[in-house]
Amino acid sequence: VRSCVEPQIEEDYQAVNVDLQTDATLQVDISDALSERDKVKFTVHTKSTLPNFKQNEFSVVRQHEEFIWLHDSFVENEEYAGYIIPPAPPRPDFDASREKLQKLGEGEGSMTKEEFTKMKQELEAEYLAIFKKTVAMHEVFLCRVAAHPVLRKDMNFHVFLEYNQDLSVRGKNKREKMEDFFKNVVKSADGVLVAGVKDVDDFFEHEKTFLLEYHNRVKDASSKSDRMIRSHKSAADDINRIASTLYTLGTQDSTDVCKFFLKVSELFEKTRKIEARVAADEDLKLADLLKYYLRESQAAKDLLYRRGRALVDYENANKALDKARAKNKDVLQAETSQQVCCQKFEKISESAKQELIDFKTRRVAAFRKNLVELAELELKHAKGNLQLLQSCVGVLKGDT
Amino acid sequence: FVTSETSSAPMMNLFMEPASEASSGPMVDLLMDPASDDLKEPPKPDINPLADIINDAPLSEVKTPVAAMTQEPPSDLFDDEPSELFAEPRQSNTAKQQQTSIFDEPDEDLFSEPLGEALKKPQNDVFKEALAPVAKDPTDIFTEEAITTLPSAVSTVSVNSKTNGVHSDEEEPDIFAEATVELSLDSPRNDRKKKEAAKPSASASAPSVSASASKPQPKTLEELIIAFHSTGDGMNAYMAYKVSTQTTLPMFRSKTFTVRRRFSDFLGLYEKLSDKHTLNGYIVPPPPEKSIMGMTKVKVGKEDNSSAEFVERRRAALERYLQRVVFHPSLLQDPDVREFLERDDMPRAHNTQALSGAGFLKMINRATDSLSKMTIKMNESDVWFEEKLQEVEAEDQQLRKLHIMVDSLVGHRKELSVNTGGFAKSVAMLGSSEDNTALSRALSQLAEVEDKMEQLHQEQAASDSFCFAELLADYIRLLGSVRASFDQRMKTWQRWQDAQNMLQKKRETEAKLLWANKPDKLQQAKDDITEWEAKVTQYERDFDRVSATVRKEVLRFEKEKARDFKKQIIKYLESLLQSQQQLIKYWEAFLPEAKAIA
Repeated sequence: VRSCVEPQIEEDYQAVNVDLQTDATLQVDISDALSERDKVKFTVHTKSTLPNFKQNEFSVVRQHEEFIWLHDSFVENEEYAGYIIPPAPPRPDFDASREKLQKLGEGEGSMTKEEFTKMKQELEAEYLAIFKKTVAMHEVFLCRVAAHPVLRKDMNFHVFLEYNQDLSVRGKNKREKMEDFFKNVVKSADGVLVAGVKDVDDFFEHEKTFLLEYHNRVKDASSKSDRMIRSHKSAADDINRIASTLYTLGTQDSTDVCKFFLKVSELFEKTRKIEARVAADEDLKLADLLKYYLRESQAAKDLLYRRGRALVDYENANKALDKARAKNKDVLQAETSQQVCCQKFEKISESAKQELIDFKTRRVAAFRKNLVELAELELKHAKGNLQLLQSCVGVLKGDT
Repeated sequence: FVTSETSSAPMMNLFMEPASEASSGPMVDLLMDPASDDLKEPPKPDINPLADIINDAPLSEVKTPVAAMTQEPPSDLFDDEPSELFAEPRQSNTAKQQQTSIFDEPDEDLFSEPLGEALKKPQNDVFKEALAPVAKDPTDIFTEEAITTLPSAVSTVSVNSKTNGVHSDEEEPDIFAEATVELSLDSPRNDRKKKEAAKPSASASAPSVSASASKPQPKTLEELIIAFHSTGDGMNAYMAYKVSTQTTLPMFRSKTFTVRRRFSDFLGLYEKLSDKHTLNGYIVPPPPEKSIMGMTKVKVGKEDNSSAEFVERRRAALERYLQRVVFHPSLLQDPDVREFLERDDMPRAHNTQALSGAGFLKMINRATDSLSKMTIKMNESDVWFEEKLQEVEAEDQQLRKLHIMVDSLVGHRKELSVNTGGFAKSVAMLGSSEDNTALSRALSQLAEVEDKMEQLHQEQAASDSFCFAELLADYIRLLGSVRASFDQRMKTWQRWQDAQNMLQKKRETEAKLLWANKPDKLQQAKDDITEWEAKVTQYERDFDRVSATVRKEVLRFEKEKARDFKKQIIKYLESLLQSQQQLIKYWEAFLPEAKAIA
């Protein structure tokens, strides 16, 4: 399946692209995308006036793994410990859609031609929607990086944008994945430990508790919204099938009743399209928003963890220094290590504060944008639905 | 579970609402609504003065159609006196009664108020106004115009009614104009059914009639209300249904009466009617099915939505069943129907229990029936029947499919409702942990909106179920009855054919005897021939009669079905419409909150 994404369509899907400086010095977007067998190829398009690039405008083709590589390189870079690393885009997941398409193909014999074509169209629309979403998520990641005053200067980022050959970033093999897994386990255990240490700074202490609670609640809201939207989609599917059956009933004869059925069938066709749109819009404006902030709040938590870790290291270094001074042994070593820890900690603290404040601003703006748009879309669809129903009921009543 | 009744299948009694006749359990009026009585009260004082005045109104124009109508009841329905008994007084009294009835009926029920309005101004938007007080100016009613416009207003009333009443206008293909049936599925207080037999007035001079009825028709009215009572405790409990009738038909002893009936009584009525009338080709409406799970849950006292829903659904289904029965012009004449509606103490219908002796007999009969159906190959002389049967079968298939899908929709909407509720709570939690105050407030507003949506989805699912799914279920059952009438016709054909074959054999026997010259047996053979000749003629006549009845019944059924579907589906669409309106309200209230986030 080859699909194209034009820039203007992305308007709809940039759930969280708010408040990002889009200045002329560096503009990044995904201008095209291709979906092949089991991978998606994104065309990353850059416009820049920065001197470090060879040209002012250029494009490269990147795959999902390369985005992950970039993200991980940020995470592993000590220099960026004090920043909220923009969350990595989720892997493009067409499995569910592909499965449905396959099942449809198998069941082709058992349904009427109309039913088959209709279902196929539905599935294709679904596939396209997922595709557009994944493109948007990848784009948001790049835009966040480009908007960040420090990260945008990252060397790996520039390579990512410019290097027009394959980055040869292979996905992690099994051993590395295992390593990652263990690293995560250790990290979360450590995280608990670190979180237990009370912070002298009120701001950070408050942020810690806030983020923990917020993150959990966003997670819950995100999963519940997914469930709700799924039910909505199922109901719309049912209406679709009902419309088909009514159509069959209506075409069996040309009596009044049959004409009636045909009209009602037509009505249901239209209303279910609207219902499907409602579900899709809820998905975009609500579910995606929550999912994104789930990831971002995690990134913020990670920042706090790094700071906490640095704090603990700093305090340990202090203790070590005191001990060294007391024993009068390896004092210089202890002093340097303490200095290093101190610097690291202070550097992180400084940027972390700003990052967290920005995070809040971004979050509020994103929620505002999406909730307003959600309400407006719900109203638009409900009014459309209402009009359809009113005119149909009017026609039907007039007939009797 | 031992019951005190002698029953052949004590175990099955579990599910057949077992209870000793002298039930010791307290009767709990589940849905007794005193308000319903109140509604009836105020209008009453008006009836009498009206009635007196009405009797003076010119009735001549009403008499002829009445006479015409009373010739309708097919004589073969009744082999006992009641047919004459009620044909006569009906003829003379109906005219008078009908005039009374027109004005009785509106006074005595919920529709009296709008009806009163209608009397003054027969317009379609009568119901948009608030229910006017019953006190109406009597003089208006008796103007010629008012009388003639009333029935049309009444049919208007029935189309537009929002107060959950039921009007059904009876239709006789020859004389009577179109009528509409409206079913009420809400609380028993509002469940009413009006039955109006419409008759065209010879002097249909009503100029301002704007309804679908072309001629105004005085009507005999009948109302059915079914409410619940539950009786007994635990597994001995059974649901007693209160069947209230209001009528002006002279064949009933009084104008209003209420009886208590059990579910098995309804089944018993169906059995009786079916036994008598199906063999004449009538389409007897079937009752709702027995449901072991449903009733058991209710009896065990499970206080949840599903059992309340089950009870309500069954009640509504029983009500519709009875309404269809009384709506059928021929079935209404059946004394069993009268007895069912009127008689205080009815014997238990034991033969409706599945494992009773009668039950077994029924099963065996049904088996032989289906077997013989397969072997009868009818020479269809009238292609109409063949085509119709095919249509019926195709339709049955589609309706079943549709029903499954609507059920699925109901399930998903219920699921949506639950999930929306969960989401609402989750958003509320999120809002409370959000530290930006404006956003926090907006999120809690969102939670409220989603909460209201949960309610909306729940109501929508109920509407899907009651308006749509139940309609489909009813008609799937009814189509079964239609098929049964076709089968019946086949059986009479077969009987005729068999008789013809027998006659042929007897003739051959006679010929043989003549040839063999055995004069003593000849007389016997001649007698046989005469006997079978008579039978052949009789059976042929039967077949023709049954064919005609089936044909008429099918046409009537189709008209009723068209009406029913249109009405119900429009009602369903209107409920969808209302949902959308509510939706709009909620989101419009939310939008400024979202915009206020800073």
